[in-house]
Amino acid sequence: MINLETPEYIKNLTSGINNLAKSVLRPISRKYDEEEHAYPKELDMFRGMQILGRPKKKKKDDEAKQDSGNGKPKKGINLSTVAVIEEMCWGDAGLLLSIPNAGLGNAAIAAVATDEQMERFGKMWAAMAITEPGAGSDSGSITTTAVLDGDEWVLNGEKIFVTCAERSDCVVVWATVDKKAGKAGIKSFVVEKGRPGFKLEHLEHKLGIRASDTGTFVLDNCRIPRDNILGSPEVKTGTEGFKGVMKTFDNTRPLVASMATGIARAAVDYMRDKIEESGTKLDYSKNPNNISSIEKEFYLMEAHLEAMRLLTWRAAWMADNEQFNNTEASMSKAKAGRYATLITQKACELLGPLGFTREELPEKWMRDSKIMDIFEGTGQIQHLIVARNVLEMSSKELK
Amino acid sequence: MISFMPSEEQSVMKETLAKLIQNTIRDNAHDMDEKHAIPQEFIAKFRELGIAQSPIPEEFGGFGLPASPVMSAIILEELAAGDMGYAVASTLPSLFIHPLLEFGNETQKANYLPPLASGECEATLAINEMHFKFDAACPKTHAEKKPGKYIISGEKCYVPMADSAKYFLVAAQCDGENCLFIVEKDMPGFAIGECEKNLGLNTLPTFKVHFDACEIPEGQRLCGAEGYDRTLQKTRIAMAALGTGVSRASFEYARNYAKDRVQFGEPIASRQAVAFMIAEMAYEVDAMRLMTWKAASALENGRDAKRESYLAKLYAGDMTMKITDYGVQILGGHGYIREHPVERYYRNGRSIACLEGLAIV
Repeated sequence: MINLETPEYIKNLTSGINNLAKSVLRPISRKYDEEEHAYPKELDMFRGMQILGRPKKKKKDDEAKQDSGNGKPKKGINLSTVAVIEEMCWGDAGLLLSIPNAGLGNAAIAAVATDEQMERFGKMWAAMAITEPGAGSDSGSITTTAVLDGDEWVLNGEKIFVTCAERSDCVVVWATVDKKAGKAGIKSFVVEKGRPGFKLEHLEHKLGIRASDTGTFVLDNCRIPRDNILGSPEVKTGTEGFKGVMKTFDNTRPLVASMATGIARAAVDYMRDKIEESGTKLDYSKNPNNISSIEKEFYLMEAHLEAMRLLTWRAAWMADNEQFNNTEASMSKAKAGRYATLITQKACELLGPLGFTREELPEKWMRDSKIMDIFEGTGQIQHLIVARNVLEMSSKELK
Repeated sequence: MISFMPSEEQSVMKETLAKLIQNTIRDNAHDMDEKHAIPQEFIAKFRELGIAQSPIPEEFGGFGLPASPVMSAIILEELAAGDMGYAVASTLPSLFIHPLLEFGNETQKANYLPPLASGECEATLAINEMHFKFDAACPKTHAEKKPGKYIISGEKCYVPMADSAKYFLVAAQCDGENCLFIVEKDMPGFAIGECEKNLGLNTLPTFKVHFDACEIPEGQRLCGAEGYDRTLQKTRIAMAALGTGVSRASFEYARNYAKDRVQFGEPIASRQAVAFMIAEMAYEVDAMRLMTWKAASALENGRDAKRESYLAKLYAGDMTMKITDYGVQILGGHGYIREHPVERYYRNGRSIACLEGLAIV
């Protein structure tokens, strides 16, 4: 039965996290924006907190069966995760990305690692390296290579835009073992820091989320043990393997959408405080054309914020209930990424001088939010995915 | 527990109405729009389902089932996806029945519910007024309290099907308080004006109604500010549901058209410029629906939905216009021709932001 009331357990969870965001993240938000690349040591208290990289306990077949199929909605991890992330990013999105041991690489390891690999890499902080200078959205065209030489893989290539580049202990690197095989030849490898030939070339200076260190790695005949490959080394015909990798984006896109929602909400809450401090009561009753421009814009911002959150929660809820959510995940990211950008821009516009000063946070949120429409698939890629799905057209029919 | 999935009951209702729409309304919507009328048998087809009677207690001739705002939203979206005028016309008595059930005293219920339950007469709601800066939250129509009676003065517009209605729920201010009054058509000083000529919703006859020192007994006051506010919440959710329906219709038509329409040797849908518009329509229709359901869920769980209903209608008002605009644009010149429904959706879509109180959940 349709019921979109926020459950009590989510309310309790988010109010707890909101306290953390308020007391731990907000006070250092500006500091680490100004001190780009400095490690936010205050975040050590979160080490091991499972946010982006929750370990997935592998279920035995019979347990998995018992767990699904009673048809009732579940109290799932995806929904509570997006709710928590929204709160954390309400505090600071760059800092969320800097939480130790909670990198995207950790999520990748947790998803497919063997017990033995879990033993070796489970306690590490793992970054994720996919993008290359010549391969952004088109991640199927990466050129970093991995060649098996005896008991070692030899990796060569360049990886850019790696989050937690400096702070991480290891990096999950995407490389092709067989260029001719196309997407089917792409595998991921765990490369520990300190391996000869693995070099952090430089850290980027960014528009926003400056608390998060983003860097470029060069792999120059970098040798890693044969067992550092995640998943099977076998190159299967077809693109099933690659599709499996892309499928993990169905789970991570709502996470980014909730990050966007969190930043946008920070701006909306800031606006609300200012409007109310100025003596205007927001009462949600008057014809929106009979109120001040600021009030109407505020209501619109709030309405879009609700839309962002609901699309995100739906995608997460579907994942919790084992429904295929490829379209809905991209819908949430398309909407939230774009509108977080627009909402924070609008907030700065409406705030005037208060929206342009580094003494206040809105300008920072405007810079931070912009990445939400870019990473984990740009808004354009999300639109493409949604369009292909609703039009029932293949990637050949709709390029 | 939170759920984004319809129950079996909700799914069955949606499918039943989808069939009704597919088999009767969609094919005839163009004719109905041109003729400015809906054949009576089409209205009857919906009325036969007994949805208006459902929440009326058995003693007054209904089925005594609990009202469900979420179910109402599902119903209104589905009907509006066929024709928005039809959605308003076929669900009309609910506009009167729902507030009466919630705020009416026993006498009022005993007087008005039985004839509505049996379907022997129509009843409607008069909220909108034809003046600049109209605001449903502060109507200019006013009621003056006199011993044993009220005197209502003012004028209402966009009163759906006023010509066939016997009972009217009228929004008016009394001593600065927003109130709803029950007015019967033969009460002195009450007059129905001419059928209005509107931009859209051609299938729905709307009328101005005049209150020229209209005298009504004091027992005709249904509710004050609290009930008024709650009724507005419910109509706002309903307007958002109607917006979702008409937007969905435009989206679906434009999507199918874009796949069939070949230019430069391939379907126009294979161009990103068009495909991205379709993607945006798809998620905005969903967003509108989710906001509608969110507000309806608040009511269904016994909570106030002031904020949620306000935001849902505001959002739907903007987005319905944007989506129905895209619908016309994707069809290009053909979208401008009345043979394709997108031009009708575009005209009808404007009503969501312009008007209040055409339906209720």
